[in-house]
Amino acid sequence: MRTRPGFRFLQYVAVCCYLVFLGFPLLWLISSSLKSPQEFASITPSILPKQLDFSNYTDALSEQGLVRGLTNSLQISIASTVLVLVVSLPVAYALARFRSRLRPITNGWILVSQVFPVILIVIPLFMILRPLHLTNTIPGVVIVYMVWSMPFALWMLQGYVAAVPRELEEAASVDGASRVRTIVSIVMPLLRPGLIATAMFTFISAWNEFFFALVLLQDPELKTLPLVLARFVGAEGQVQFGPLAAASVLATVPSLVFFAFLQRRLTSGLLSGAVKG
Amino acid sequence: MTTQTAVAPPKTPGRPPKRATGGRPRQNREAIFLFLPALLPVLLLSVYPLVRGIALGFTDARAGLNVDTNFVGFGNFGKLLHNDLFWDSFRIGLIWTVSVTVLQFVAALGLALLLNTDLKFRGVARTLALIPWAMPPVVVAIMWRLLLHPTNGPVNEILQGLHLTSQPINFLGDFSTALPAVIVVGIWVGMPMTTVTLLAGMQGIDRSLYEAAAVDGAGAWHQFWYITLPQLRTVIVAITSLDLIWNFNSFGLVYVLTAGGPGGKTMLPMLFAYNEAFRYGNFGMAAAMGDVMVVIIIVFLAFYLRNRLRSQA
Repeated sequence: MRTRPGFRFLQYVAVCCYLVFLGFPLLWLISSSLKSPQEFASITPSILPKQLDFSNYTDALSEQGLVRGLTNSLQISIASTVLVLVVSLPVAYALARFRSRLRPITNGWILVSQVFPVILIVIPLFMILRPLHLTNTIPGVVIVYMVWSMPFALWMLQGYVAAVPRELEEAASVDGASRVRTIVSIVMPLLRPGLIATAMFTFISAWNEFFFALVLLQDPELKTLPLVLARFVGAEGQVQFGPLAAASVLATVPSLVFFAFLQRRLTSGLLSGAVKG
Repeated sequence: MTTQTAVAPPKTPGRPPKRATGGRPRQNREAIFLFLPALLPVLLLSVYPLVRGIALGFTDARAGLNVDTNFVGFGNFGKLLHNDLFWDSFRIGLIWTVSVTVLQFVAALGLALLLNTDLKFRGVARTLALIPWAMPPVVVAIMWRLLLHPTNGPVNEILQGLHLTSQPINFLGDFSTALPAVIVVGIWVGMPMTTVTLLAGMQGIDRSLYEAAAVDGAGAWHQFWYITLPQLRTVIVAITSLDLIWNFNSFGLVYVLTAGGPGGKTMLPMLFAYNEAFRYGNFGMAAAMGDVMVVIIIVFLAFYLRNRLRSQA
């Protein structure tokens, strides 16, 4: 379609407005994290720091609560990601390959668990985990995250399994390979990109999660990074903007890495999930 | 996920292929075996809590001691109906949900249309558009608290620099500006995901439709109205109903932004329920609130499912 120059100009103006709306907050957060305390005190703040100053990062990292939050978040996210993949892969395989009666039930559960208000789930969870002595523990949060991230992991993984050509498996089974053998040595290697994408997604959702952690973890020693950050702003009187901005940037780094890897694949995966469901 | 049609039963060497009737039970058995490791955790920590949570709304369960809980029928719901804060939180929740969903949809549709043309730097724009969605909600909330800060925030600096306001505005602390401010942040978070979904939908539209329309003399507006929108119908209904549900259920973002304040002006239903349960210990009451939310979500969900069934038919 041919576009008139005036219209084209308006298009660029519109895109620029969007980019400022989307990009400015992030740019400003990153730039704040790199400003020196003197620059914060100046009356006329600039958008970009005059001089790069990493002291906010060292300050943030010397804050004991933040380091502990970072370690707790890492442990919880890695453990729940590994568990999710181990448990979901066979289920995703069964969903993609077999026409069993479990398939509509599972897909129903996937949908329901995505849309339910979590307040209804969290109270009974609390009541189940307490007698098992799992409230206020890292393993407790890990298994909650495992079950809570499984629906989306299944959603993604079964799409990836369905994309593996069935003929390869049939050839393997003609050659005498068992079902398990076929899955491990034929399907798994081909699924690697899909497994990595799902793992990253699961990791990020555990890393970002706030509600379950807020309810289940009371002990300051066990709090995850989002909880520690949220408590930071709670005491607004003496809040230090620089270190807070630095800690926020640090908490966002995993997501940024994730996007650098997966930008294109993720969008098509999400779309086929959301629409074809 | 894709729906596969008729699946051939797995071939087993050294045995004659089973008859068509034999395939299903066997596949069921194999499927159950693969489901086993997931079954116990899901039943114990997802299915059971869901059912128990719904039932809890009809009891007087309280936090703390293992006091016997009593069935109270619709008692909690009666109390909710007489609670002004409940009605406030619902009104605020609906304003929040509808404004965020609608405004972010309009903005996302515009952005997706722009990014679907042959503009320069559109790759950059697309990547950037995804970042807000992946950021931890707590970080988004902290970032916006700093941005909107009355004395140190750049938004106030800019407004004052442009002489649009003489006094700094306490966006999140003022009764009249808190809800609109929170809604803007909600749009900022939700728009990227909607944009990318719409954009992917647009790229799936057959280009020959536009070419044919152009030959018939249809302008940009007609092409949008008679081709793009109808072709996107399924995508639009899907993403909008999901956005409605997600926004209605949102918690972390507003909890860190305002915690429901000032004066309850941003008290979303989830915040109300959270306070009921974990500040006042009224588990039964909070669950009843959750039950009311479920009823509303079922309405949103009905649109989504009807659309999906129709698109599969």
